[in-house]
Amino acid sequence: MIDDNTNLDNCNCNCDNCPDSTRREMMMKIRELDFAIIELALYLDTHPEDEKALCLHKEYCKDVKALKDQYQKVYGPLTIKYPCNKWRWLEEPWPWERGNF
Amino acid sequence: MWTYNKALEYPINIKCPNPKLAKFIISQYGGPDGELAASLRYLSQRFGMPDQKAKAILNDIGTEELAHLEMVGTIVHQLTKGASIEEIEKYGLGAYYTDHGVGVYPQAAAGYPFTAAVLAVKGDPIADLQEDLAAEQKARATYEKLIDLCRDDPDVIDPLRFLREREVVHFQRFGEALRGVQDKLAQKKFCMNDMKPINKKDNDDCGCNN
Repeated sequence: MIDDNTNLDNCNCNCDNCPDSTRREMMMKIRELDFAIIELALYLDTHPEDEKALCLHKEYCKDVKALKDQYQKVYGPLTIKYPCNKWRWLEEPWPWERGNF
Repeated sequence: MWTYNKALEYPINIKCPNPKLAKFIISQYGGPDGELAASLRYLSQRFGMPDQKAKAILNDIGTEELAHLEMVGTIVHQLTKGASIEEIEKYGLGAYYTDHGVGVYPQAAAGYPFTAAVLAVKGDPIADLQEDLAAEQKARATYEKLIDLCRDDPDVIDPLRFLREREVVHFQRFGEALRGVQDKLAQKKFCMNDMKPINKKDNDDCGCNN
């Protein structure tokens, strides 16, 4: 068994009753939007005139910004550019430690 | 400059440590067709590109490769963390453990450390982009071999499939960038690095204010 998997914030049970399910869902949505933005950006690098792609990129950027603001307010910063009254960057586990699975 | 995002590009949650698989997968961290080589290759080549699309695509794919480096490091970390010393020895990681413990060190599956000799920066946009196209195919092929080797663990296969798919997309984008560069080089008044038109006589006005 994995010895560092005792973090109560990450039960990995995928149940809806889990107090963490909202967080999990938000993170999943953030990840989806971030991925779509990367994919669109690469596409736009070689197709800068594509209006439809540009429009989607704009929409997803707006959505992910709103969602990240909401997420960070509750669960702590996703980048060091998020201002906090105390230094919360250390509080959450890191991505390789299943931090935001 | 870069800003770190405290999230993986694609989620990884490996439930059972398996040092045997870590020994193979480490190659995509520091091996010849790995993510470290990919990001350094693209981020270094971008300085020598003649057109905006090629600069942008090398910059942005080079950046995504750093996210993939983190993903591969995470897979290796989760596969070795908590493994017993017996398992480490049994699956041939004893030599690695001697030098690196269960740290994540950039090396190829065969054991040799990361070397910049596996990447090239030619300062020639056609040569560089052709190299990048080949690099993406080699990385795709490596991920397919790893998926074969990891067939028993869906938690490992899932992120490997994602990474394989990204190689395919990058190949597509590099192909488009290469066509753009070829079109640009075919233009009559185009100046390359030395500000002399590469396909006109020296005294002709190349439009570069020089």
